[in-house]
Amino acid sequence: MSAATMNTEKPLLSVEHLTMRFGGLVANNDVSFEARAGEITALIGPNGAGKTTLFNCVTGFYTPTVGRLTLRHPQGKEFLLERMPGYRIAQLAGVARTFQNIRLFGGMSVLENLIVAQHNKLMRASGFAIAGLLGLPGFRKAEHEAVELAKYWLDRVRLTEFADWEAGNLPYGAQRRLEIARAMCTEPVLLCLDEPAAGLNPRESGELAEILTFIRDVQTPQGHRTGVLLIEHDMSVVMRISDHVVVLDYGRKISDGTPGHVKNDPAVIRAYLGEDEDEALPPEVAADLNLAQKGA
Amino acid sequence: MTTPSHAPSHPHYHINGKRPGVDWAATIKDAGLAAFVALLLTVPLVGLRTVDRPTGLGIEARPEEVIASLVLVFLGRLGLGLIRQGMALPVLILALACAGVGLVLPMPTQVLRLVLVLGGGVIALRAAMTVATGRSKLSQADRDKRMDRFAAKVQHASRYIGPVAVAFAAVLPLTPLADRMILDIGILLLTYIMLGWGLNIVVGLAGLLDLGYVAFYAVGAYSYALLAHYFGLSFWVCLPLAGVLAACSGVLLGFPVLRLRGDYFAIVTLGFGEIIRIILVNWYQFTGGPNGISGIPRPSFFGIADFSRTPAEGMAAFHELFGLEFSPLHRIVFLYYLILALALVVNLFTLRVRKLPLGRAWEALREDDIACASLGINRTNMKLAAFAIAAMFGGFAGSFFATRQGFISPESFTFIESAIILAIVVLGGMGSQIGVVVATLLVIGLPEAFRELADYRMLAFGAGMVVIMLWRPRGLLAHRDPTILLHGGKKKPVPAGAAK
Ligand SMILES: Nc1ncnc2c1ncn2[C@@H]1O[C@H](COP(=O)(O)OP(=O)(O)OP(=O)(O)O)[C@@H](O)[C@H]1O
Ligand SMILES: [Mg+2]
Repeated sequence: MSAATMNTEKPLLSVEHLTMRFGGLVANNDVSFEARAGEITALIGPNGAGKTTLFNCVTGFYTPTVGRLTLRHPQGKEFLLERMPGYRIAQLAGVARTFQNIRLFGGMSVLENLIVAQHNKLMRASGFAIAGLLGLPGFRKAEHEAVELAKYWLDRVRLTEFADWEAGNLPYGAQRRLEIARAMCTEPVLLCLDEPAAGLNPRESGELAEILTFIRDVQTPQGHRTGVLLIEHDMSVVMRISDHVVVLDYGRKISDGTPGHVKNDPAVIRAYLGEDEDEALPPEVAADLNLAQKGA
Repeated sequence: MTTPSHAPSHPHYHINGKRPGVDWAATIKDAGLAAFVALLLTVPLVGLRTVDRPTGLGIEARPEEVIASLVLVFLGRLGLGLIRQGMALPVLILALACAGVGLVLPMPTQVLRLVLVLGGGVIALRAAMTVATGRSKLSQADRDKRMDRFAAKVQHASRYIGPVAVAFAAVLPLTPLADRMILDIGILLLTYIMLGWGLNIVVGLAGLLDLGYVAFYAVGAYSYALLAHYFGLSFWVCLPLAGVLAACSGVLLGFPVLRLRGDYFAIVTLGFGEIIRIILVNWYQFTGGPNGISGIPRPSFFGIADFSRTPAEGMAAFHELFGLEFSPLHRIVFLYYLILALALVVNLFTLRVRKLPLGRAWEALREDDIACASLGINRTNMKLAAFAIAAMFGGFAGSFFATRQGFISPESFTFIESAIILAIVVLGGMGSQIGVVVATLLVIGLPEAFRELADYRMLAFGAGMVVIMLWRPRGLLAHRDPTILLHGGKKKPVPAGAAK
C-alpha cells in the first residue's frame, strides 16, 4: 500500500464507482479513488482517457451517470457533489478549477479577474448591490479585503506588476498562472487544475511546480490545507511534485499509488506504450517491465 | 468592389519626394467600374419609387437621384485613387471646394446638396488624413489602433465632457435658443439616450443580445395609459408602477429564455417583442387595439400644480403658483427636465453598478460564462437581474413617452424601434456610455436635421451600419477602462494590443 492511502485521516474527496456515459461512449467507467487535503493528487492517462470528463463531474459541469462524489470539509461538513448544481459546488463546497483551454475574462483587467472570483463574498457585503449603490461603508471595507487577497495571490504567481493589464493581453504562461490565482481567490478546499503546464517552457513549468507545492503546503487563513487535483501530461512535473497518482485509460482506472509505484506499474507502461508485446518496446523499457513483473 | 491592381507597376506610393506619376487610364477605369456597380445597385433602390395614384399603386422613375449618386461614386472613387497615387493635396482642395459650393450656392435639389457636402467632406477627410500622416493607406490593424487610442482619449476626457454636456443640457431650456422645436428634438434625443443606456446594461454589460427591448418600453407606456384610464391614477403614482410591471415582464421573459445562448436568445427576445405588440393590437376590449389609447393625462408638477391655463378642481395652476406669465412651453420644459433626470438616473446607475460585484459579474458573464459558473456565480440570477433592471428603465421611458404623447398605439412599438435602440448601442460601442450619446446624435439627430430627405433615411441608416461594421466592428467609442486599479494613476494600464 502506498503512503498516501495509509493516511488514517478521512479523505477530502472520495470518488466512488464514477461512471459517465455519453450515449454509447463510456468516458469514465467505474472509477474510484480518493484525494486528500495537503496533497497533490495527479490524474494522468493518454489522450481521451476521460480525465477532463472526470473533472467536469467533480466540478458539476456534468452530472455523472452512476457514482458518488463526496467532499468532506475540514470542519466535518459533507457535500454530495453529484447532487449539486455547478455553481453551488464552487460556492458552497469550495471546489475551484482551471480549464484545459484557458478561460479568463480577457477583456477585463488582471485585478478584476481576481475580484470577480470573490463575487459571492462581495455580493453579500454589497447587500446584493442595494447597499453598494447607496454607497454604504460595509462594501468599501469588503472590497478592500478582496483587493488584499488578490494582491496576495498576484504576488504568489508573480503578476503584481501586470495587475492593471487586460488579462487577454498577458503572455500565455502568465495567463495560466492568473487562472490559478483566480481559482485560489475563491478560497477553495479543493483545487482542480486541468493541464496547467500545457504549452509552458521548462523554466515556466518549474515555476508552476513551485506555485503548486506552495498551494499544497501553505496553511490557509481558515486553518486547513488545500487539496490539489492535477491533470498533467508533463511527467517530469507529475513525478516531481505529486504525492499520489491515479492513472486512467479508456475511462478505467488502471493504477493508483505513489509516483514511484505508478512509474513501474506494467499496466501503466502498456497503456502509454501500446498493447503490442515485448518486441515493440524499447529494450530498456522491456527490461524494466520484466523486472517489475518479477517483483510483483 | 474591385481594388485597383496597381501593385506591379507602383510598389509604393510616395506622398513626398519622387512620384511615380499618375496612371490615369487605370484610375478612371477603376472609378468607372465602381460607378457601374453603383448603377446596378441604385436603379432598383433609388431610381424607382412607388406612388399612390387614384388608380392604384404606380411606379415613378427618379433619374436625377440615380445620376447624382453615380457622379458621387465616380468622383469619390477617382478621388480615392488619386489620393493613393500621391495627389492628396489637389484632391483635398477640390473636395473642400465641392463641399463649400454645396453649402453656399443654391442647388436644384436637396439631394444634390447633400451629395456635394457629404461626399466632398468624406473625401476631404480622407485626403487630409493622408496629407497629415504621409501614408496613403491604413491597414485594418492600424486603423483599429488609432480608433482605440481615440476612444481611450474620449473615455478619459468624458470625465470633463460628461458634466459639461449635462450642464449644457440643463441650461438649454433657459436660453433664448429654446423654442418648441429644439425642445421637442431634445426630448426625443434624451428618450433614445435613456433607452440606449438602458439596453446597454443588457447588451453592453451582460452581453445578452436583446432584440425585443421595445417590448418593455411598450409595457411601461401601456401600464401608465391603462392605469390612468381604468383607475384614474396619476403619472407620479404610475411611474414606479410601470417600472415594476416592466421589470416583472422582464423576469417573466427571462426565466425560460436565459438558458438559451447567443443567436437563439436573440431570436426569442425578438419574438417576445412581437408577441407583446400583437397582444396590444388584438386585445381590443382592454387596450383599444390598433386605435390605441388617447386622452392620457399629462404630468402635473409633482402633483402640486397643473400646467394648463385653467386647471381642474382642487389643483393650482403652475404659472399662478410661480407668478409667471402663462406659456404652453412650461409643460414642454418640464417634460424636458423630467426625461433628462430619468436618463441621468440610468447613467448614474450604470456608472455605479460597474464598480459593484453585480456589474463586474455581468461583464464577466459577457466575457466567459462557463468560467463564471466555475467561480460560483449564479448565472441565471445575474442575467435575470440585468434583464429586469434594463426592463424597468425601459418601462420608465415608456410611461414618459405615454405622458408626453398623450396618445399611444401599438404602431409606436414595432421591431424597428428595437433595431434603432440596438443600433445606437452597437454603433456607440458596446458598454460605452458616451458612445450611446454620440450614436443617438448620429442615428436620431441627423435624420431629424435632414427631414426633407426622409425617403433616404433607411438607406442612409443601412449604409452607415455597413460602413461601421467594416471599419469599426466594435463600435465607434468601444473602449473599456478597468473599474479598479492596483497601481492607481502611477502606471497607466497598457492599452489593448500593446503586449505580445
Ligand atoms: N460532452 C461530451 N459529449 C460526448 N463525448 C464527450 C464529451 N466530453 C468528452 N467526451 C468524450 O469522452 C472521452 C474522454 O474525453 P476527455 O476530454 O475526458 O479526455 P481527456 O483525458 O481529458 O483527454 P486529453 O488528455 O486529450 O485532454 C473522449 O472520447 C471524448 O470524445
Ligand atoms: Mg482533457
